[in-house]
Amino acid sequence: MSEYTAKDYKKGQPRWCPGCGDHFFLASLHKAMAEIGVAPHNVAVISGIGCSSRLPHYMATYGMNTIHGRAAAIATGCKVSNPNLSVWQISGDGDGLAIGGNHFIHANRRNIDLKMILLNNRIYGLTKGQYSPTSPRGFVSKSSPYGTVEDPFRPAELCFGARGHFFARAVATDAEGTVNILKSAHAHKGAAVCEILQNCVIFNDGTHEAVYTKEGRAKNAIYLKHGEKMVFGENNEFGLVQEGFGVKVVTIGQDGYTMDDVLVHDAHCEDNTLQLKLAMMEYPVALGVIRDVEAPTYDDAVNAQIEEVKAAKKYHNFAELLETNDTWEVK
Amino acid sequence: MADNLKVEELDQVVVRFSGDSGDGMQLAGNIFSTISATVGNGICTFPDYPADIRAPQGSLTGVSGFQVSIAADKAFTPGDKCDVLVAMNPAALKTQYKFCKPTSSIIIDVDSFKKADLEKAQFEATDAAGAIAEMGIKQDVIEVPVTSMVKDVLADSGMDPKAMLKCRNMLALGLVCYIFNRDLSIAEKFLREKFAKKPAIAENNIKVIHAGYDFGANTHASVSHTYNVVSKQTPAKKGRYMDINGNKATAYGLIAAAEKAGLRLYLGSYPITPATDVLHELSKHKSLGVTTVQCEDEIAGCASALGASFAGALGVTSTSGPGICLKSEAMNLAVIMELPLVVIDVQRGGPATGLPTKSEQTDLLQCLFGRNGETPMPVIAATSPADCFESAYAACKIALEHMTPVVFMSDAYIANGSEAFKLPNLAEYPAINPPYVPESLKGTWTPYMRDERDVRYWAVPGREGFAHILGGLEKDSKTGAISTNPENHDLMCRLRQSKIDKIQVPDVEVEGDKDDADLLIVGFGGTYGHLHAAMDEMRAAGKKVALAHFRYINPLPKNTAEVMKKYKKVVVAEQNLGQFAAFLRMKVDGFAPAQFNEVKGQPFVVSELVAAFNKLI
Repeated sequence: MSEYTAKDYKKGQPRWCPGCGDHFFLASLHKAMAEIGVAPHNVAVISGIGCSSRLPHYMATYGMNTIHGRAAAIATGCKVSNPNLSVWQISGDGDGLAIGGNHFIHANRRNIDLKMILLNNRIYGLTKGQYSPTSPRGFVSKSSPYGTVEDPFRPAELCFGARGHFFARAVATDAEGTVNILKSAHAHKGAAVCEILQNCVIFNDGTHEAVYTKEGRAKNAIYLKHGEKMVFGENNEFGLVQEGFGVKVVTIGQDGYTMDDVLVHDAHCEDNTLQLKLAMMEYPVALGVIRDVEAPTYDDAVNAQIEEVKAAKKYHNFAELLETNDTWEVK
Repeated sequence: MADNLKVEELDQVVVRFSGDSGDGMQLAGNIFSTISATVGNGICTFPDYPADIRAPQGSLTGVSGFQVSIAADKAFTPGDKCDVLVAMNPAALKTQYKFCKPTSSIIIDVDSFKKADLEKAQFEATDAAGAIAEMGIKQDVIEVPVTSMVKDVLADSGMDPKAMLKCRNMLALGLVCYIFNRDLSIAEKFLREKFAKKPAIAENNIKVIHAGYDFGANTHASVSHTYNVVSKQTPAKKGRYMDINGNKATAYGLIAAAEKAGLRLYLGSYPITPATDVLHELSKHKSLGVTTVQCEDEIAGCASALGASFAGALGVTSTSGPGICLKSEAMNLAVIMELPLVVIDVQRGGPATGLPTKSEQTDLLQCLFGRNGETPMPVIAATSPADCFESAYAACKIALEHMTPVVFMSDAYIANGSEAFKLPNLAEYPAINPPYVPESLKGTWTPYMRDERDVRYWAVPGREGFAHILGGLEKDSKTGAISTNPENHDLMCRLRQSKIDKIQVPDVEVEGDKDDADLLIVGFGGTYGHLHAAMDEMRAAGKKVALAHFRYINPLPKNTAEVMKKYKKVVVAEQNLGQFAAFLRMKVDGFAPAQFNEVKGQPFVVSELVAAFNKLI
């Protein structure tokens, strides 16, 4: 049992719009932190700029609300130089994937032990309603009055393409699902991307409508659990089976498909092929931990190398460093 | 030794080694400067690299030069022109001849002056004599069959011909050592240490050096005289020394400061000429706990260093001008978050990619002002290769003790140039005491509480009872909460400014005729050696001249206005179009100096400075 409660991580009065997904996520984060039980003074929550990046102000932990897009880079220096901290990066889809896209992929590639939360509402809210890099093609916004003419990033695809080892997804309004993936992300050593699907009531209302309510999720989402059959539907009547190179939705008991044909989820499989297919499904939307594979982390490796070199080299302070040079004496 | 030859005793001589960029001229130059420094001479070196990665062999754009000045006392500059030019091929002769004096001796590898070699360097001539005539060279040219001698010496070594050719630089070095009466045992030691793991290579190189030396001794006909530069030792110079270039000295200054402060040194960087050697140097020293992260871009270099500082390390980022443009955003954040951060700018020619391997002082105003909002930031400009150590240490001390980002400015000239560096004793350096928040403030502390210097306290994550948030949004001066209150913002801007203004920096020193100079020369940063040499030359000619050279640019030393107004005539000399002069005019009421400005990417030429300054008196 953790010695902390959600209250120990709470601070201030959030100023997001009523109904904003950020409120739901923040409550889940407080709850998850309490269940994880890392002391608030050993947690650093680091965000960029945007509505969701206000979040560290509502955490009773150490935190930084930095500059647009750079949270992952700032968090990298923080974690590498002080590996005892539990470091959480909070970004929206604009902050994390547009201006911060480069840092997002490199943090994943290096596998730095950062918990990278991506609050995806497919819109720029703080600047009042422009399309984001996750807005679908044709999306109409203030800066795209005739619809966008570009394809969006799909965060999982980007994460996997950058050799990410952890990817999970939850819907902001689903407290239990969110808390579960945050705990799994914390338990995973390495870069852990958590995509939170959330609504923007003002500028992109209904963007994740199909899965935003409990009823909707029952119909349109599948909760993935490692080692369990991938079934979904109000009565678990549907399952995922492999067909050729793809994954297909079938009704169990129809067309000759039985429970034996339904795939078992393997989040730990190093080959991400099927995990990517799951992450990319539009129906059902995959929720839960999609990929969770152990790999050496950058911060561990950096610090381990320092220890190795310390053991191998004979100079360990500045005075000894000077002695490694050719010197001469003026008498 | 040269028994029947005239030995000329000199106070200063300059040697320029030049050849194809693969000819090992930098190494030959380095060994020569080390030998000279070892016997107590002042040294000052200037490597002049081509910008091309690998220009075609023998071409005019592929010439690499290394100039070293050795002096009886301190060598302030690598010298305007050389006394001995080594040109390993026709392209080197053609491009480097301009650095010769009328009295220079020129050494060429006559074996590399064949028709095909000459064509590559766009000569009409078909042999060495023809090339010399074509260029109208009147100086002594010592034609040495370098290539064939190297092949002869190494005939029994078992080396393949290509490997043999790599030793040509050592033959030239041997001859230069003869001409300057240098003791080869130091070169031998240097090579045996450099090739400790490949002793055969060391011994072969040593054989070749001796061959070059003996060639000089045996062919008096072609060497008219030799030189000796006797070291003038003074008690103040006593001590142990090493040869150091500015980038290495910078890295050493950072290491020393981190150790003194008891902090982990974190460098976030991205490769960029001419700053990359700071990253290289620090990357080697993991046994000192130094952490280097080669980031995905300049932005992340600076941002991650700031993250490291937040987490309790000494965060440093290194770059050149184009990188400063990208880092300015995170530098800004460091200003408002009031965290320590050291930003190293090794200046090169700009704008944009500009002249990547050349040197300028054109980033000054960018470093001082290149950010949005009111963002005062201390700026320190190192004045010589060895001073990079002192200045980097000072930059770290200010950053850590005043909780502020600091810009440390260097330039390509001092970064790559080297001089003798007296081994510092860290125990004698001032302590570095970051303002950690005292435990007694637990419960009442807020992030923007300040001490009497207007410095806020540092609460490092992991400390219970001090959890707090920092950020890029304006904060209330008392509570630390986000605030858009107009009075509070005005107050915070003034506090951030006042914090910088209250930093104590040493007075600027006036050298030369400080009481009665007719002309005060003013400079900053890496031009110190040249301006000092110009002053010395003018004083030797009977002129009354003084020099005020600035290391601390922001805040300026307290005596700045007094010094600027004390002299009848003041000239601000800088390698830009007048940036420091503009800053001084802004800071010193009614100050109207003369200016000497040059933006050529090359070090000042002392004779040109003297000519220009003489006109002002």
